Amino acid sequence: MSKKLVGNRLLQILIVLFGISFLTFGLTYLSPGDPAEIMLTACGNVPTPELLEKTRAELGLDKPFLMQYGNWLKGVLTGNMGQSYSMKVPVVEKLSSCFWPTLKLALASLVITVLVSVPLGILSAVRRNKWPDYLVRGLTFLGVSVPNFWIGLILLSIFGVRLRWVSVSGGSTDFKAMILPAVTLAIAMSAKYTRQVRHAVLEELNQEYVTGARMRGIKERDILWKHVLPNATLPLVTLLGLSLGSLLGGTAVVEIIYNWPGLGSMAVKAISCRDYPLVQGYVLWIALLYMGINLIVDLSYNHLDPRLKEER
Amino acid sequence: MNVLHFLKKNKQFTVFLILALLIVGTAIFAPWIAPKDPYEAVMTDSLTAPNDTYTCGTDKLGRDVLSRVIYGTRSSLTMTLCLVLVIFVVGTLLGILAGFFGGIVDAVIMRIADMMISFPGLVLAIAIAGLLGPNMVNAVIAISAVSWTKYARLSRSLVLKIKKNLYIEAALVSGTRKGKIIWKYVVPNMITTMIVTAATDIGTMMLELASLSFLGFGAQAPTPEWGLMLNEGRTYLSKAPWLMIYPGIAIVIVVVVFNMLGDSIRDILDPKQN
Repeated sequence: MSKKLVGNRLLQILIVLFGISFLTFGLTYLSPGDPAEIMLTACGNVPTPELLEKTRAELGLDKPFLMQYGNWLKGVLTGNMGQSYSMKVPVVEKLSSCFWPTLKLALASLVITVLVSVPLGILSAVRRNKWPDYLVRGLTFLGVSVPNFWIGLILLSIFGVRLRWVSVSGGSTDFKAMILPAVTLAIAMSAKYTRQVRHAVLEELNQEYVTGARMRGIKERDILWKHVLPNATLPLVTLLGLSLGSLLGGTAVVEIIYNWPGLGSMAVKAISCRDYPLVQGYVLWIALLYMGINLIVDLSYNHLDPRLKEER
Repeated sequence: MNVLHFLKKNKQFTVFLILALLIVGTAIFAPWIAPKDPYEAVMTDSLTAPNDTYTCGTDKLGRDVLSRVIYGTRSSLTMTLCLVLVIFVVGTLLGILAGFFGGIVDAVIMRIADMMISFPGLVLAIAIAGLLGPNMVNAVIAISAVSWTKYARLSRSLVLKIKKNLYIEAALVSGTRKGKIIWKYVVPNMITTMIVTAATDIGTMMLELASLSFLGFGAQAPTPEWGLMLNEGRTYLSKAPWLMIYPGIAIVIVVVVFNMLGDSIRDILDPKQN
């Protein structure tokens, strides 16, 4: 990717971030409920009209919408996303402390996904329309149809309640506590990913160079490992990167079930108690991560496939 | 006779169409099928394990789980169908406008779509649903807001392809009104692909709605809704496992049936996509 293209992408990311932040800010402004009142009641104070007035002024809620947005934006640009209403800590601090557990969980489920779906996808493609293929396709079909929160509850009731292997209450982020949430996330992902692997391998198997290699009498195993798989990996790497991005934003349900102290469960709690600065910070942070990862994936794609560089 | 022949030829479609109709029937005739009132709380029977009177047990308020699961078909189906209809109509329409008129209309619509796509959908959906206030209508709005882009992109690309045909040029040259061209020549040529996409999306959308309800941003108590029921049952994981088994099975069955139906519709209408 040329420098100009990277510059364009960075500009685009900035515009999207701006749009997203404006949208969430607008939503918090329009949404019912008064943050000042919620904050006071949460602290156990009786919200008298004078106290409400004072808190609103302190939070800058009495100013017009665009001015509030401008002030917030100014803060964000200097690395200050404001103070969380409900937890009384700076938003930046809360986000960074919740980020690592989520990243850890996302990476773990990504590893499981690759370990499960790559062999299954290859098997399914090589044995196309035979029983392993039907079995794998059936499993992937089931995998995308079962809600992950239900899988989570079932796993928790088997391994947590019946067998008592893991603690049901959660809260810790050690390896043992990570297994179940990572597996839960990986099940739906593996189902999708296996289909992609199968598709990618089948696509390569249908290429003419495979027919050529077969005609020259090259062993089927060598064709698969030396020619087909290296070519099929390319689209899969991209997909993997994209899944990491969506995983970071999509762990909320699983984090809630296992009480995993990550970004997702934090966001749900923040929305429930209308902790606007935290919600805005979260949305912005996820957007930045997601788009950053996408950009890195696109850049790496060019390195992995030199042909793309020549075309540009 | 034609219909019968068609149904015989496409067996997979027929089987899942019948199953889907059964599910729709369950939703419509829920008051006659359900053994009890889904809202009626019998506190003395709270958290009863499945037995003769309560086939699937009762929840913490002593409400009959089986009846609640049956009534849950109503909210899940209506919400999902509304959602798919909204994103289908809105997305397709915006895509047609963008593709047909181009220029500034295209730029505005597609940049908004780009913005939505460069962002994990569920995060924004949760934020929208939570901030608008948790209820079923807002959950539908939230998921629509992040899902229409797929339809807009697809219909735009289809329109751009159709626009290159000579008959569109001929219509333009002979002075046919643009609205008529869109309605008479563009829409009929793309509607099949759009319907196939919508049909295969029903299952996914149902899961997304159920996840929002599960997080507490969709249906609210005491509505019998599967995602919400699973959330309520979560607290009684060890004491009352039946609270999470039956609503979950209901979701899986309905999603599998609609996914299979969508796939077979795709195979019939659009064989080359497979």
